[in-house]
Amino acid sequence: MEFSATRRYSKPMQYLISIVLVVLVSAVCFLFAGMIGYRVVALILLMTVSIIAMLFDILPVLTAALLSALIWNILFIPPLYTFHIATAEDLLMFILYFVIALVNAVLTFNIRAAEKRARDKEGREKTIRLYNTLLNSLSHEFRTPVSTIIGAVDTLQENRNRLSEKNQQALLEQIDSASLRLNRQVENLLNMSRLESGMLQLHLDWCDLNELIFSVIQKMPPTVLTHTIVFSPNEQLPLFRLDAGMMEQVLHNIIYNATQYTPAHTTIEIEADLQGEELVIQIRDNGKGFPENEIPFVFDKFYRVPHTQTGGSGLGLSIAKGFTEAHNGTITLENQKEGGALFIIRIPAETSFINNLKNE
Amino acid sequence: MNKAEILIIDDEPQIRKLLQIALESNGYTVREAATGKEGVLLAANHPPELILLDIGLPDTSGQEILKQLRGWYSKSIIMLTVQNSEADIVTALDNGASDYLTKPFRTGELLARIRSSIRRNTTGESNHLLSCGNLLIDLQARTVKRNNETIKLTTTEYNLLALLARNEGRVLTHQFILKEIWGIGYQTETQYLRVFVASLRKKIEDDANHPLHIITESGVGYRFV
Repeated sequence: MEFSATRRYSKPMQYLISIVLVVLVSAVCFLFAGMIGYRVVALILLMTVSIIAMLFDILPVLTAALLSALIWNILFIPPLYTFHIATAEDLLMFILYFVIALVNAVLTFNIRAAEKRARDKEGREKTIRLYNTLLNSLSHEFRTPVSTIIGAVDTLQENRNRLSEKNQQALLEQIDSASLRLNRQVENLLNMSRLESGMLQLHLDWCDLNELIFSVIQKMPPTVLTHTIVFSPNEQLPLFRLDAGMMEQVLHNIIYNATQYTPAHTTIEIEADLQGEELVIQIRDNGKGFPENEIPFVFDKFYRVPHTQTGGSGLGLSIAKGFTEAHNGTITLENQKEGGALFIIRIPAETSFINNLKNE
Repeated sequence: MNKAEILIIDDEPQIRKLLQIALESNGYTVREAATGKEGVLLAANHPPELILLDIGLPDTSGQEILKQLRGWYSKSIIMLTVQNSEADIVTALDNGASDYLTKPFRTGELLARIRSSIRRNTTGESNHLLSCGNLLIDLQARTVKRNNETIKLTTTEYNLLALLARNEGRVLTHQFILKEIWGIGYQTETQYLRVFVASLRKKIEDDANHPLHIITESGVGYRFV
């Protein structure tokens, strides 16, 4: 349980609350002083200081301790309304009161400081672990294409006269595809950092989903031609107010992911619908589906299904999820009964049926 | 061989080198500037046929240089931009950029855009017959033929097509098109634009789902090719 309120209240506010609390408790005690006796009042005030010690910084707590000691002396220890303390016993009580209040304040403060150190350390270790995962996966993803490019360029430079035309062309193609892969990863990282920065701004505009989906399919790299991508436009669909760039990225990442992790000749089917107030896009394939126990993790950052061979950064699906959630939408994955994976994107978006009106 | 001169304003030496080789090997003469200031000076001393201007320059922003150049330079300026900068692209087009290319781009695409931009520098608006693939648009008679058959368009559809076709090869921003066709006050009503583009595509494209004439530039506008 987190007691500390130091982060929630400013310094002046902490002083104010401490003083008001002590004065208030003293006032209540003063009303009932005749019934409870001034020594019990001392315990009540000590308790008040202890509670303040659990909440605030050390200086407001010391202020509360000092103030309560003074109030106790003047308002409760006979003779009343003076600093004077009549009996040795009361004087001793007063000194003890003050010491206990101080010790209380200092001890609580130390415990809280230790707790904070432990929390920070735990947070740091978690960050380091995440950072290592990131480095491992990214260094592979970046080094592979970079090695390819450097190697191919070296070979081209050093063996210019000995390489056959065909091999030269093959090396150039290697450089080309490695650069595209590098570019894809840079895009992923940039998108991820846009998401992480929390500064993601939606540029909402009316989108023709049929057009958007066709354009995503058209922009797929030629390497995915091993797969069949099917989309039949839904003519009943209204226009939706969405961030077109982000929606394209969401769909691209899911479709691209399907082309990378299903066998060649797999069919990927896309369907868009209006269900209630939501835009629902389903992307299904007739591949092998995901291992059931991995499904909860596939949208996690840097997560990759174990034993998958193709390169990947583990960012694509988490970016798809992030961009969907930026639209207050959800994205889910399930295996279909008949086999293959099914991604469902649901986005509550403003709609316009103006396209169903007759022109002019 | 064309001898058109192209000025490159980009702070990255690698990009300049690459562009220089690509352009020179295609017959263009190339001048280079590493800063906006230097670029403006060079352009003033040797007005080029076309300027390639990087949007993110270190000294003054590319947008600022674009505005300065547009004070007197009327030929093509192609902006070199980066991904996810649709808002900057729209601003640049509004500030008078002729076109844009997103880095990294393919050299083939760059050359095609340069050719198309330079062609627009030289052709006037005198011709009332626009021919584009299987489409023939007669701006005087306000008729459109596809594969030699007249197609029926509504007034708005025709106006939209004529506007796009008169600016063949150029990206027109949503705001610009809306203002031109529907008038001031409609600049944000992109839903109309979407609907009319969709219905126009159904009439003029062979396959409206894979348009070859009216190309969507996501987040920016439309380009007629």
